[in-house]
Amino acid sequence: MDPIILYKIILAVVVFAVSLGVAAYMTWGERKLAAILQDRVGPDRAGPLGLLQPIADGLKMIFKEEFIPAQSNKWLFILGPSFFMLTACMTGAVVPWGSGLEIGGLYYPMQVTDINIGLLYLLGVVSIGVYGIMIGGWASNNKYAMLGALRASSQMISYEIAMGLSLIALVMTTGTLSLAEIARQQDEGLAYVVYQPLGFLIFLICAFAETNRAPFDLPESESELVGGFHTEYSSMKLGFFLFAEYINMFISSAVMATLYFGGYNFPFQHELGLEGNTLAIVQAVVLLLKIFIFIFIFMWVRWTLPRFRYDQLMNLGWKVLLPLALANIFITGLVMYFTGKLA
Amino acid sequence: MMLTNRSKQVVQKELTLAEQLYFPAILKGMLITLSHIFRKTPTVRYPEQKREIAPVYRGQHVLKRDEAGAERCTACGLCAVACPAEAITMEAGERKKGEEGLYREEKYAAVYEINMLRCIFCGLCEEACPKEAIFLTDRIVPSSFTRGEEIFGKDKLVEPADQRVDVSKRQTKAVLDFKQDKRHYHNQTHSDRLLSR
Repeated sequence: MDPIILYKIILAVVVFAVSLGVAAYMTWGERKLAAILQDRVGPDRAGPLGLLQPIADGLKMIFKEEFIPAQSNKWLFILGPSFFMLTACMTGAVVPWGSGLEIGGLYYPMQVTDINIGLLYLLGVVSIGVYGIMIGGWASNNKYAMLGALRASSQMISYEIAMGLSLIALVMTTGTLSLAEIARQQDEGLAYVVYQPLGFLIFLICAFAETNRAPFDLPESESELVGGFHTEYSSMKLGFFLFAEYINMFISSAVMATLYFGGYNFPFQHELGLEGNTLAIVQAVVLLLKIFIFIFIFMWVRWTLPRFRYDQLMNLGWKVLLPLALANIFITGLVMYFTGKLA
Repeated sequence: MMLTNRSKQVVQKELTLAEQLYFPAILKGMLITLSHIFRKTPTVRYPEQKREIAPVYRGQHVLKRDEAGAERCTACGLCAVACPAEAITMEAGERKKGEEGLYREEKYAAVYEINMLRCIFCGLCEEACPKEAIFLTDRIVPSSFTRGEEIFGKDKLVEPADQRVDVSKRQTKAVLDFKQDKRHYHNQTHSDRLLSR
């Protein structure tokens, strides 16, 4: 077999495993951080520091009764969580995890696939993700699930527009849609958050909304909708919904780090005397660190801010973020025109 | 009326532009939660850590033996009568020949049960006991998976002859003197009362 194909398969499996592993331990981190922020201890019974807790939780989920409501559409009911999980795992393919490895004279980029429309692919897959929630919630034939699904879809549509527009301003600056190229440009220049601070802020807020995290967790809202779209779900199908949310968080943190915070690059990386493969591995670790910082912010916000009301959510999306994103594009265009940096 | 000095007057005024941005308020809230990372948790991790308890703590009961190792309880039932939670039940038995080493007096408790789920650990049984047989100790009653396990029989209540439970903190001289003070009506025997007439 062609070594590059073999390498890509291995890398895809590694990225998949890492996303799953990190997502599993994010559940632990979430509970631990929540506990610390509330002056509690958090899980500490299963293993040292409660580190075996995710395994125990996963096992529990698997052994729970698999219940499908009689009035539900069975086929769609199963499709919902599977779809949500699938789209969550698909996004990891375009993220560059490091510059590249050189083994036996061949150069292997640390990215599963460098498609030249990487950003469009990301937006596309993320917006397909809402179908999982919508199908699952609708197929449950339960009014709470239905409301959750409705909220999820309207929220996703409202915030995707602002998200896409904030990315357009970024694309105007970078002149490319490929994530690998964007990361490479930030090696030569500054991180794009310096050029696009407003764009980053809009993207960050939209990322919270897209991953259904507090303060935008209206689709779930356990206090009013009894779990929202996953009210009727049990066993590992519920696990998939919850798990995919964490994978989404991981990937959106990776995307934010790549697009706005220099990706795998770190300051003075070429002055440290690191070469080739060592540098690539250190870069991957640095990217993971950046991702963890973003995940921390995700969780920190969740345990600080209360949930938005539905009308506030819509107001913020359409009346604040959308005009701001448009203004951001306009300002970016003006600055590019006057500094003569038209791509 | 002011109950605490923390009450605040609620004003419903229009938000200023800075307030409408919400970011200062969000940042303030985030800093508050962040400051909690550096705070100590008040949690006591129970089986490993134990909360400091008073030396006269009223925990799990013990049925005492005397110096020779015989059970002091005579199944008089005063503890059961005194118990406000009706947690104590007992059945009396008669001492046979050759059991003098086991039971101090001719009558003894063949069955003695305390329902730990009903017990309120008030210590009235201890106060009622004329034989210095029952005491509350500083041991915490262990939890269990069934209700039945929480009914403690003699096997769990009577102290083993080779592992005496120290009750000297609760059975001080002052307590003993009080229990023997004949000036109190409840400490007088029938003959005491006849004499004092």
